[in-house]
Amino acid sequence: MESLKNKVAIVGVGDTEVGVVRGYSATQLYVRAARLALEDAGLTKNDVDGLITCVSWAEPYLYHAEMIAEYMQIFPRYCITAPSGGGTTLAVMHHAASAILTGMCNTVLITMADSQVSGLSRAKAIEAMAGAGHPQFERPYGAPIPGFYALVARAHQHAYGTTDEQRAAVAVACRKHASMNPAAQMRDPITVEDVLKSRLIADPLHLLDCSLVSDGGGAIIMTSAERARDFKNRPVYLLGVGEGHSHEHISQAHSFVASAAKDAGERAYAMAGVGPKDIDVAEVYDCFTPVVIIELEDLGFCKKGEGGSFVEGGLIQLGGELPINTHGGLLSHCHPGHPGSIFSVTEAVRQLRGECGPRQVQDAKIALVHAQGGILSTHCTGIFGAEQI
Amino acid sequence: MATNKPLPAVTLETAPYWDAARRHELHIQRCAACGQHQFYPRIYCAQCFSNRVEWIKASGRAKVTTFTIVRRPVSPAFADDVPYVVALVTLAEGPTMMTNIVGCAPEKVAIGMPVEVTFEDWTEEISIPKFKPA
Repeated sequence: MESLKNKVAIVGVGDTEVGVVRGYSATQLYVRAARLALEDAGLTKNDVDGLITCVSWAEPYLYHAEMIAEYMQIFPRYCITAPSGGGTTLAVMHHAASAILTGMCNTVLITMADSQVSGLSRAKAIEAMAGAGHPQFERPYGAPIPGFYALVARAHQHAYGTTDEQRAAVAVACRKHASMNPAAQMRDPITVEDVLKSRLIADPLHLLDCSLVSDGGGAIIMTSAERARDFKNRPVYLLGVGEGHSHEHISQAHSFVASAAKDAGERAYAMAGVGPKDIDVAEVYDCFTPVVIIELEDLGFCKKGEGGSFVEGGLIQLGGELPINTHGGLLSHCHPGHPGSIFSVTEAVRQLRGECGPRQVQDAKIALVHAQGGILSTHCTGIFGAEQI
Repeated sequence: MATNKPLPAVTLETAPYWDAARRHELHIQRCAACGQHQFYPRIYCAQCFSNRVEWIKASGRAKVTTFTIVRRPVSPAFADDVPYVVALVTLAEGPTMMTNIVGCAPEKVAIGMPVEVTFEDWTEEISIPKFKPA
């Protein structure tokens, strides 16, 4: 197999304002993120010959990427829309890389955004997300998305003794990092007690175990490693990427305590030629706190069942052995839905460039990004490096 | 009878299931080739891919595999029901299905609890399988 390792690099990143962003429509957020990433790379829109977007709920178009190209008046040779979920919207990294390596295009713009609060409304966004349930065999039972993930949290708690306090430690770490990120939607530090005192949404998950509902967008520019040397920013190289898929509906999952993050991670590590011990910073999908615990286990940072104790005691906080979600994650930075994982990528790039100021992980050389979609359904792991290895 | 809840849209493939549910019977599929039971219904056996899948009446007995107590309803249609239990139950025949646990206080539900099927009539055509303590 032709490896993608060391062959492509990210040369530009851009995030729009996030949180409740009243001044922009969803489409405007896509294009604003694109412009910021182009400016960061020192490119004009006419340099883009590949375009990847994700779908928007607030302003859906049947041919979404084509719509954004039309709106920007660019005329790409390669143009696709990623359909759904965090796993898929991270997996476009290797679609873009493959397109560059096979000569389909030279410079790919990946832009993702949505307007879930201002464009859709919080209540409608929450109801729309529950559409992930099977229309005949899940939706009649009335589970909201936190309810689906609560089933997983309860199963993990029952199997391994994972506690409410341990899940809360994930939310506390993400909020601590968000407090050091002026861009984050929620920046006031919280304690384990705050999480446990926040109202129950679906036992055992409390409000602060759940990610945000947000507006916002992010974009990156990817090109070949060879061309990347000519850009003004230090290139960040794609070292490895892998996917894993186990089910679509949670009631069809073969495990409620382990996920295809294991498959995705192993494939990405194998391509990069690195292992969990080599990772300096990890941006892992935190739509709900129990997901982080399961991902850290499945990605090999600790043994299965030990994720609860792993996240306690500051190990996942800045200054700890494995700082996670240094921008604040979906729990505290922002979560506009499908685009969620793009902010993990833009943060990983900034960490590897050493641009993160007070929240910089010292000497960060290798970053891992993991995203999942559905209900622990679709997984993608990406490993990025400050240098080719 | 009427409901504002999300009614399942019955398909060619699932009609036998919903027909049985209307008669308050839980039917699932069994593969005549390999003996595997499966839920939800499929054109072929998901284990051996044989086309010899047959409908059988399930025992209706199950155990709670995991559950949650929903405090914030998914939509206004469920607002009067909170708190309600959403569970995954594993049928005696093997497959897992999502359901609500009814007929007991939500706090009484536990992983491993034996339950049995019961039906809630939503319309003339649609009755929803739920489970209650056995």
